[in-house]
Amino acid sequence: MAEKTLPPVDVVVVGSGWAGSIMAKEMCEAGLSVVMLERGKRRSTARDGAYPSSLDELEGAVRYKLFQNPAQTTVTVRNRSDQEAVPYRRLAAFLPGAGVGGAGLHWTGVHFRAPPQDLRLRSHVIERYGRKFIPEGMNLQDYGVTYTELEPFFDKAEKVFGTSGEAYTVNGKATGKGNIFAPDRSDDFPLPPLKDVYTAHLFRHAATEAGYHPYAMPAANASQPYTNPYGAQMGPCNFCGYCSDYACYMYAKASPNVNIMPALRRHENFTLRSNAHVLKVLLDSTGKKATGVVYQDAEGNHITQPAGLVILAAFQFHNVHLMLLSGIGKAYDPASNTGTVGRNFTYQNITNSTVWMPPTRSTDQFIGSAGGVAIDDFNSDNFDHGPLGFIGGSPLWVNQAGVKPIAGAKASTPGAPRWGSAWKKAAIDTYRHSFTINAQGSNMAYRDVYLDLDPTWRTSYGQPMLRMTFDWKDNDIRMNRYVISQLANVVKALGAQDAHYGMREPGKPFDVRDYQTTHLCGGAVMGEDPKTSALNRYLQSWDVPNVFVVGANAFPQGMGYNPTGLVAALAYWSAHHIRTQWLKGNGGPLVAL
Amino acid sequence: MSRFANQRKSKSFSESLLSGLALATILATPVFAAAAPSAPSGADTGSDTSAGASTSTNAQDLITKGRYVAAAADCAACHTVPGSASFAGGYAFQLPIGTLYSSNITPDKTNGIGNWTEAQFIRAIREGVRPDGAALYPAMPFPSYARMTDEDLHALYAYFMHGVQPVAQAVRPNGIPWPLSMRFPLTVWRWVFAPSPDAARKSAERSFPTPELARGAYLVEGPGHCGACHTKRGLAMQETALTAQDGPQYLAGGAAVDGWTPPSLREDPRTGLGAWSVADLTAFLRTGRNMRGSAFGNMDTAVHHGTQYLTDDDLAAMARYLKALPAANGAEQNWQTDPAATRALRAGGKLTKGQRLYLDNCAACHRSTGAGYAPAFPPLAGNPVVMNAAPDSLIHIVLTGATLHGTQAAPSAFTMPGFGKRLSDAQVAAVVTFIRHAWGNDASAVSDVDVAHLRKRLTPSTMQSAPPTPIDPAPAQPGSAPRAPEQDVSQDTSKPATGPVPTGHLPPEDALHSAPQPAMKAN
Repeated sequence: MAEKTLPPVDVVVVGSGWAGSIMAKEMCEAGLSVVMLERGKRRSTARDGAYPSSLDELEGAVRYKLFQNPAQTTVTVRNRSDQEAVPYRRLAAFLPGAGVGGAGLHWTGVHFRAPPQDLRLRSHVIERYGRKFIPEGMNLQDYGVTYTELEPFFDKAEKVFGTSGEAYTVNGKATGKGNIFAPDRSDDFPLPPLKDVYTAHLFRHAATEAGYHPYAMPAANASQPYTNPYGAQMGPCNFCGYCSDYACYMYAKASPNVNIMPALRRHENFTLRSNAHVLKVLLDSTGKKATGVVYQDAEGNHITQPAGLVILAAFQFHNVHLMLLSGIGKAYDPASNTGTVGRNFTYQNITNSTVWMPPTRSTDQFIGSAGGVAIDDFNSDNFDHGPLGFIGGSPLWVNQAGVKPIAGAKASTPGAPRWGSAWKKAAIDTYRHSFTINAQGSNMAYRDVYLDLDPTWRTSYGQPMLRMTFDWKDNDIRMNRYVISQLANVVKALGAQDAHYGMREPGKPFDVRDYQTTHLCGGAVMGEDPKTSALNRYLQSWDVPNVFVVGANAFPQGMGYNPTGLVAALAYWSAHHIRTQWLKGNGGPLVAL
Repeated sequence: MSRFANQRKSKSFSESLLSGLALATILATPVFAAAAPSAPSGADTGSDTSAGASTSTNAQDLITKGRYVAAAADCAACHTVPGSASFAGGYAFQLPIGTLYSSNITPDKTNGIGNWTEAQFIRAIREGVRPDGAALYPAMPFPSYARMTDEDLHALYAYFMHGVQPVAQAVRPNGIPWPLSMRFPLTVWRWVFAPSPDAARKSAERSFPTPELARGAYLVEGPGHCGACHTKRGLAMQETALTAQDGPQYLAGGAAVDGWTPPSLREDPRTGLGAWSVADLTAFLRTGRNMRGSAFGNMDTAVHHGTQYLTDDDLAAMARYLKALPAANGAEQNWQTDPAATRALRAGGKLTKGQRLYLDNCAACHRSTGAGYAPAFPPLAGNPVVMNAAPDSLIHIVLTGATLHGTQAAPSAFTMPGFGKRLSDAQVAAVVTFIRHAWGNDASAVSDVDVAHLRKRLTPSTMQSAPPTPIDPAPAQPGSAPRAPEQDVSQDTSKPATGPVPTGHLPPEDALHSAPQPAMKAN
């Protein structure tokens, strides 16, 4: 193992997913020399999305081709502080990506803007329900940035992603059949919405009949061929269903690889290094200034890359891990509720319900895309929480993503045997005539849910693993059960033959063995108070002002929507302020302490 | 932060200054100073009369112009091995007589052309004669280059001497056995088939209805050497026509090169460019794609190295010139869509083998209508490449796939995967026959023997990486360092990036890196 120091560059970006690619593109446009470091290997549609061989469920969704290898580095998990955490060695509950494109290559493409009230949830809850409404132990916080401020960046991200959707209002004027709860927009979606698949069509009608307000889910799956502002081109989605866990062979699902890299690579001041696992951010003797990063290459060499600006844009928990390993900011201490790095770690509160239609209705579950039909009547604060006594909400949707053979065979039918001809019959019936409705809910932050460094377990790089302490809490369990109880009205209108309502059970702890979602959030959150946030409203470290930390780690609590739209908007927001303010200043904090 | 920003600024400033000085020193030699150009087109020197500055500016403009001429002449396509240093040679031509390697044309004095005088350089380009008197193989398109102007060749020489990095890479000896390796027959060939410089100049100076057509003719017949591929060759491998004056065989489609059959560029409505507009052609040459088709095979290379860098005016001139070439085959009817195939595919039920294979393998991108989703996925219906009398290109692309590289104006690369491993010869024949007959297409059927023959000549898996970019996409700044050869960092070497100095481009993320590559085995 050799040690080597490379010549300095202006900016080092850690991670090549959406956040890293956006930041690198913006920094290159600003004329800075940029090195992007990606722990995984290079990926491309030509190789990883070759048709038809890439449509391989065993390789993609069972053997996790695009995901992180937990033998190299993983997290340890426990439910409570009094337990001993053990390593997460088999990917299941959440699937962090590895390789160029990161999670942006294996995601599905659901692309939302954040509800305005979610961005200032603490203030909003206090204004509407009073301070006492916030339960003891909940660290409810504002983002420190408003929807109005972020709107131009949501708009920019949608144009880069080639997002398909239907607006409700544009510049205050009603334009279409979009989500009536959606905030106003400065421009329409760049592409019209994807067509409703049959099950989504059924859901739309039933939801309308039940008195709710269905809308086409915004999806970064191009509904037509598209050329984005960077000149990058997309093909159209053909509803093959190989979105999540796969590279899209149609070049139709937005990814950093399809939508940004082609333009980014043409900048002469840009360098991408894959198989470069960043070990820590280096600080000078004051501890207030980053001098670069050290990473391990594929041969095991430790390479120091000096840089004037360090942007952490790895996956949510890797960003938090790097901050803890590097001593950027004060580690969170749940006992005293002090320190910020590791604080407000959240997840997403998702449960799935299944309905069985009569045998005359074929649900064609093999079809799939990131589109679908949703209702927001129970999301965010779109309904009165006063009598309900919980905070948060959940959209309900049919987001049919394509049921593949192995998943189809594994789908269970309540009450059916687990083997034999009766199982076969039930499996066929379920595959042909059922479909799933998801409730993807918010998850609030709690004082005793957090990230820190594990005292026992080490990664293959010899560093302490990150430890997750996570469990479901009463507020979130009650929220989920309330929203699912409302689903019955829709199921009735559907004319379904049978329904299984998936909901959170009180007392049942968080279980890493079942896939839930990869929408992990928080741990190094943004905000206006350095006592409760690791980052200021521009995603700049309060403690080391030439470090910016971009990703879902910045969300103070988990929202009902998918995080990528907000991650992308926050990246453009942060980059805008680096370009227009920080680069012109003295390298200090953008928000005075 | 200002310190940080200033530091960068001063660094790039000092670098520009240094390279500017170096350039001025090089160019202050009597030969070069005396040969200052008289305001060549595209290199407006303005009204700066200050001697020092004007020497430097003129010289830099000349190099910039030469860089442009090199793109128009597509030098890099043959003289650069993808992923290696620009113009260092070594690119293999698999010919029936053996393997020919392109030469090192960097200004390296030992291995390259650093010792060549301008006169020697011009003679090699126009007449195919090396300074030692030996004849060049006519793989070098000197019969076309003979038409290039003194002005362009002067600029080209300046570019190769001062705008290209010398590379000390020895030229690989050709793998051509004696007696075929003897070069004296090439001299005879040259006497018989290549135009004399005088004849070429006279032909190039013929009159045209508009200056635009004259410019288009110059670019297509001269530096662009389009006919080298798109015109049939005779028994002695000579192009059967070198200009539009030579008759309807000019650019009427050539024989297969590397297993790709170059189509007609004349007005033939089905097999030529009759249905393409000037705008279609311009978009194609600029980006390698338009609403009617995408470049693949060697045309992708030509766009990648050459045409994407030409100005809009030059591309439009080339397009108008091509649109003025009448159809070679007057009997061809306009293509009209026939919905029968689409109806059959959509109805399902009893399908032919070709229809079934098309639905399973091709329709996802090219659709049941054959219309594709242009410009991402090109149409097959009405596409002249599909209706070419020779099915080689179509068989070839189905077997190996192809990558359309990104360009400045359209940075996305698109890769069609190869189906050679998945489909048998009979299956490829069936699906290609279907495509050639469907939607109003009317080309001949293909047999499994045709497929087997082509498949045998394709060598599996040499690694493909991006062809290098020979010229700076942006106008070069006076005094800036010559562009470093494009680095292939696909092997993830820890190439240090050094501040604002150009570090070269990455290979297209969407190029095939491990798929079978359409290199041809010599027969």
